[in-house]
Amino acid sequence: MSEETTRYLVTLVVNGVVREAAVPARRLLSDFLRHDLGLTGTHVGCEHGVCGACTVLLDGEPVRSCLTFAVTVDGHEVTTVEGLAGDNELSPVQRAFTECHGLQCGFCTPGFLCAVTAFLRDNPAPTEEEALEAVSGNLCRCTGYQNIIKAVHRAAEIQAETQGRPEDRGGRA
Amino acid sequence: MTTKLFGEPVQRREDARLVTGQGHYLDDFGPGALAAAFVRSPHAHARITDIDVSAALDVEGLVAVYTWEDLPGALAEPLPLLIPHPALTHGRTAYPLARDIVRHVGEPVVMVVAEDRYLAEDACALIEVEYEFLKPVVGVEEAVQGAHLVHEDVPGNVGAHLVQEVPSREGRSAADAIDAAPHRLEFRLDIERSASMPLEGRGVYARWDAGDGSLRVYSSTQTSTSVRMAVAAKLGLPLPKVEVIAPDVGGGFGVKIVHPWPEEILVPWAARTLGREVKWTEDRREHFVSSAHERAQVQHVRVGFDDEGRVLGLDVTILHDHGAYTPYGIIVPIITSTQLLGPYKIGAYRVEFSSIYTNTVQVTPYRGAGRPQAVFCMERTLDRVAAYLGKDRTEVRAANFIGPDEFPYDQGLIFQDGRPLVYDSGNYPESLRMLKEMVGWDSFPEMKARAAAEGRRIGIGIGCYVEGTGVGPYEGGHVQVTSDGRVHVSTGLTSQGQGHETVFAQIAATELGVPIERVSVVTGDTRRFGYAVGTFASRAAVMSGNAIALACRKVREKALRIAADALEADPRDLEITDGIVHVAGTPSASIPLATVAVLSNPLRYAFDEEAKRATQFSGTSAMDRPPVDEGEEPGLEGRDYYSPIRSTFASGMHAAIVETDPETAEITILRYAVVHDCGKLINPMIVEGQIHGGVAQGVGGALYEKMVYDEHGQLLNASFMDFLMPYATEVPRIETAHLETPSPLNPLGIKGAGEAGVIPVSAVIASAIEDAEGIPIDRMPISPSDLYTLRLRLAG
Repeated sequence: MSEETTRYLVTLVVNGVVREAAVPARRLLSDFLRHDLGLTGTHVGCEHGVCGACTVLLDGEPVRSCLTFAVTVDGHEVTTVEGLAGDNELSPVQRAFTECHGLQCGFCTPGFLCAVTAFLRDNPAPTEEEALEAVSGNLCRCTGYQNIIKAVHRAAEIQAETQGRPEDRGGRA
Repeated sequence: MTTKLFGEPVQRREDARLVTGQGHYLDDFGPGALAAAFVRSPHAHARITDIDVSAALDVEGLVAVYTWEDLPGALAEPLPLLIPHPALTHGRTAYPLARDIVRHVGEPVVMVVAEDRYLAEDACALIEVEYEFLKPVVGVEEAVQGAHLVHEDVPGNVGAHLVQEVPSREGRSAADAIDAAPHRLEFRLDIERSASMPLEGRGVYARWDAGDGSLRVYSSTQTSTSVRMAVAAKLGLPLPKVEVIAPDVGGGFGVKIVHPWPEEILVPWAARTLGREVKWTEDRREHFVSSAHERAQVQHVRVGFDDEGRVLGLDVTILHDHGAYTPYGIIVPIITSTQLLGPYKIGAYRVEFSSIYTNTVQVTPYRGAGRPQAVFCMERTLDRVAAYLGKDRTEVRAANFIGPDEFPYDQGLIFQDGRPLVYDSGNYPESLRMLKEMVGWDSFPEMKARAAAEGRRIGIGIGCYVEGTGVGPYEGGHVQVTSDGRVHVSTGLTSQGQGHETVFAQIAATELGVPIERVSVVTGDTRRFGYAVGTFASRAAVMSGNAIALACRKVREKALRIAADALEADPRDLEITDGIVHVAGTPSASIPLATVAVLSNPLRYAFDEEAKRATQFSGTSAMDRPPVDEGEEPGLEGRDYYSPIRSTFASGMHAAIVETDPETAEITILRYAVVHDCGKLINPMIVEGQIHGGVAQGVGGALYEKMVYDEHGQLLNASFMDFLMPYATEVPRIETAHLETPSPLNPLGIKGAGEAGVIPVSAVIASAIEDAEGIPIDRMPISPSDLYTLRLRLAG
């Protein structure tokens, strides 16, 4: 067996569930989630860490899963877009993107949702400037961003309205 | 009461799956499929002298390696030339895998199939291709010299040459009108290359069913019906044995209308040959070097005008760089040369373009499709006319507008659909009035003076456009009401994020009088609808929207006929509300649409309680007529097509206020205002979203994006690190206002909206920078360092 095909067991918690798969050392976390675990909600837009479509939460913090090797997250906790919603309802960020028409083709959306979820957890009442900054690491080719920024503020509102109902917040590490 | 949904900002029905990661994009299919990868040419122009695959054969998990010599039958022939035109005298297309010669960096040479993509790329890296270098032809002006040829048999690298001339009403040619005009100007304009650059690249996944000899192909395409025909033809399969599905598609913007891509026929062929599922997902670098670009043109303008700024004669010569191949014909320069006239009536017009081969990635439509270049040309021209005469720029535009009472207005040219360029409706003076008011045009000089007093440079710019949308030949719609009361709508064209599932459901719900929750919409799936053209040219809402409305009207008519029988009423007295057919004013005399659907299909077998009503002993069938009467069909469904006499013409005007830093030449957009007229709005929220996205791409094209080729034909910035697409921080807040001038051409009165946002942006930003700086801006995009250099050059 060559260096390319030797497999290593990776065990981690994804969206609250223990998952494991044996993968080569070079398997990217994005490919691991998509192809080994079947969580295809995480998208790959550039594979060089610029577009942010592949953003997931690693121990609660946003990371580019296309720049992360799966073997390096053994034992850690990952939240993907599939893990943001509560049992029966969308998270505040998911709801806000829907209400504000913050997505069109939806390909970049999972990355935005993960990034904004982490941002609003740390900064639940952002200023205009902070909201802009929060989404300025992700590329979207469809929306022109205006409704995405609107959605960040709307999500903050919804989050404030539903405070005390932690199950609504989604994506918490 | 059923809410009237047409015209309402209904929330998108696509979003629930897309925000939860439940969408299905191309690469989400086929978890166990084999992966394809390609060895692509690293050289812009070279002859292949040898391909040695031996080192790759040891790669674990390798399944197959193919070169051109392995391709059978029609697969070994050049790809189709999709849109032939008499002026395209030297159309050339690529082979699916390079045969002997490569003509741009990125051209596919070898296809590898392996157990996964990592292994397929390992194998690609071990394949040795030997090349003998040929002289690369880069840059349209070098190419047209013809010293070196992209295709040996295309002299001067000229693929196409087309002249269109419209004499003045007095019968003067453009040249004569210009010579006779009181004032004349002559100048050159340059526009660089950009690209659609959807966040999801191309991709193809194919399953061959050896049992019944059928092929199912998923492709991230803007036209599944045409991919289907191309795949069937190339693989020699009967059409009914091939189905093509465009699943959720992560953006298109034009690039995915091209078909069949090499990969789109090679992957299905490999799947059939190997008897295994095969998938190819384009990576970002591949997308840069092996899909398509657009925009690059050099324009030479001569204009003659009177003291009011009325254009008496306009002569434009365009050099259009179409890259190495012409699969999409000369649609882009045809659009540039015809849409250049915008909302204006020009005395006499002559336009000539040469479409030129270079050793670069092929050029095919990108959102706007030649119009941004056209509008840049016309609007830069009018700004120069205004500057020359010392007139306000909006006055010069108003002096040239087609009047609101002059429609239909024939521009005297042949448009991209091969039909006369006749504008159907519009109101340009009103559009301008709204824009000036929104942006504060008339008070801007004071604002500028105040800024100047603070040492700041600001400028205002304007750009106007007319966009031919909803081009034919046709689209269709199928609507079926099933016995559970649900409404199933399908149309053949595809979706890439435009919200078709929502707007088509709005149309169907409104036409049929049913709650939107009961309506489901399928697009781009040949299993559901086999006849279609595709999604491009801002045509989906106009074409499929109207086709679906017409199909709904057929269904409605049939439903009322059947219900009238059952209720013993006159169909003219019936209405449908909330999915219930009832006598107007007498809600108790009613029958649910679900029951009508049951009655529409005479049955022998009762498969459920409801179906009993339609069986042969139920007493619902008249004994003096056959169960399915002459001219009738079973089922409550309808199919119809919309095929317009010609395109419908949307229009709009944008204005921007920019600030330029006196020292660093940094360019900041302070305000961006849009007045947009796409006829009747189906969903204003979605239309605004389309405008926002278009303007953002326009800002990219005006200030940041260009494909940088060196003299060897190497694309130097083939990554998102170096090709600068705008982030949120680069796009201004966009203010929008709508004017609704209905189209008289179609039943819904709508016009296309998809491309509009991008069209005038380069012209607007150039106009504003020119106003701020007082120096002519004649090429786009413009970076701070470009502007800085311009300042130095003009100062020196």
